[in-house]
Amino acid sequence: MADARGLVKRRIGMRLWLSGGWLTLLVLAAIFAPLIAPQDPLMQDLFGGRMPPFWEAGSDAAFPLGSDSLGRDVLSRIIYGARVALGVALIAGTLTCLIGSLLGLIAGYFRGWPDMVISRLVDIWMAFPPVLFAILLIAVMGTGLTSIIIAIVVIDWTRFARVIRAEAMSQGAMDYVASAQVAGRKRFSTMLAEILPNVLPTIVVLLTLEMGIAVIVEAILSFVNLSISTDQPTWGSMIAEGRLSIHQAWWVLVFPLITLFLTVLSFSQLGEGLKDHFDPVLR
Amino acid sequence: MSFLTIENLSAHVGPAPILRDVSLSVAAGEVRGLVGESGAGKSMIGKAVLGTLPTAVKVSAGRIVLEGEDLQAMRPRDRRRLIGAKAALIPQDPLTALNPSRRVGPQITNRLVDILGWTKADAGHRAEELLDEVSIPDPERVMRAYPHELSGGMRQRILIASAFAAEPKLIIADEPTTALDVTVQKQILRLIKQMQARHGTALLFVTHDLGVVSKICQSLTVLFGGKVLEDTRVEQFFDHPGHPYSAALLAATPKYTDPDASLTPVPDAVIEGVQAEIAAFDRMHGHV
Repeated sequence: MADARGLVKRRIGMRLWLSGGWLTLLVLAAIFAPLIAPQDPLMQDLFGGRMPPFWEAGSDAAFPLGSDSLGRDVLSRIIYGARVALGVALIAGTLTCLIGSLLGLIAGYFRGWPDMVISRLVDIWMAFPPVLFAILLIAVMGTGLTSIIIAIVVIDWTRFARVIRAEAMSQGAMDYVASAQVAGRKRFSTMLAEILPNVLPTIVVLLTLEMGIAVIVEAILSFVNLSISTDQPTWGSMIAEGRLSIHQAWWVLVFPLITLFLTVLSFSQLGEGLKDHFDPVLR
Repeated sequence: MSFLTIENLSAHVGPAPILRDVSLSVAAGEVRGLVGESGAGKSMIGKAVLGTLPTAVKVSAGRIVLEGEDLQAMRPRDRRRLIGAKAALIPQDPLTALNPSRRVGPQITNRLVDILGWTKADAGHRAEELLDEVSIPDPERVMRAYPHELSGGMRQRILIASAFAAEPKLIIADEPTTALDVTVQKQILRLIKQMQARHGTALLFVTHDLGVVSKICQSLTVLFGGKVLEDTRVEQFFDHPGHPYSAALLAATPKYTDPDASLTPVPDAVIEGVQAEIAAFDRMHGHV
């Protein structure tokens, strides 16, 4: 399809609809958690423990996805868990993206000694096993949301730096960059005005991937009980608890797991979809 | 008086010399050709003047004087402003010389706004005039277009318009017709010539095409292995080339009047002669 100016209008694909839809739903659920959660996520009821989800015999309509061993509502805990997961994804993802992309742009465009320093740092960084590094960092900084976010940023900036450096390098070799220089642009402003718009599609894809990764890292850390305090529900801690009662109450493990899976998948699919949508070459 | 003077310029990549004691000058309003085979260092000279040399290339000696000011001695910031105001580039490949993710208009007006401090509106009008001058139909629409919506010939016209935008006194054209279709080449060449004559701009025309040189240049410099072999007037060159290599180059040019004649490559003996000359030069200057 082409409009009067000869521009091709692209339809928003199924991929964008589905992934965007799921994430929107999740964001809304996280924001309005107190309004939509059927139960208090922390309220325990030892006599109402391990109630099955709504389609099985012995379920209670007030606990649509069942309850865990302590009688807490699984759905409500998933909804409240989304707050932590999405908060970490958004803040840690964005910070990682900003720091990593900036360093990558500088290394790739300025070359020379800034590149030397940044690239060697990336090499050294990548020699650390990421999960152990995260656990080590948390152990040093103490648990808590801020620590998790810092740990993710500190570990994952290399992902951006590496890819953006390569992209900036290939863009930097283009004639339009030389033209901008001859026209008297400063190096730094050339980088922001000429190179950045052309690596933006890649940055967007990496950012969404990174958000997915942040969700996983947060889940891993809460799984090993290194995330935030245990009275705040998180998907990782739910999975860890559910694991103990898998034979008696599978739903305690499975529902948070599905939510986690769909969320991470949606983030990566959203990135792919956005890339196709905004790619200047396809545009 | 010459507008651009390059004196004894030498440059290296690591230990390997790529420019050897190059001297040349371009007078105000003059069109000078800079010819040589690929790898001779033609483009490097242009880049050295404009300050866009790759970081691996180090200038080891010599001066580049633009309108009486020594560029090598200037602070980078001042140099950038001077170049931005006095010189411009017509690049080789119109397909990569416009930023694909920005509209065409701002890419032409940037320099006017950044360096000369024009208002955006004035710069916009000026850009439209220029696009009109390079025979682009419907300049207003083109200004709003993205580069990929335009053909290669159109983009090269835009780059020419953009080069002349700030009325520079010197334009360096780095093989501006090489990436274009032969039929478009001629139009573009004529356009550059017209614009140059109308604006009285000095032009350093980097090319490997002697046919092009004969059409638009007044003087030319022949380069081989980063060394100047000959520096002469164009008529003089075509009648009495002053260097055996120049003569061989002329003999190697295809004759359109006799399309069946076989092509004569530059004889090995001539190449060896030039290489010996360069080796002798390197020995004299302490390179191995």
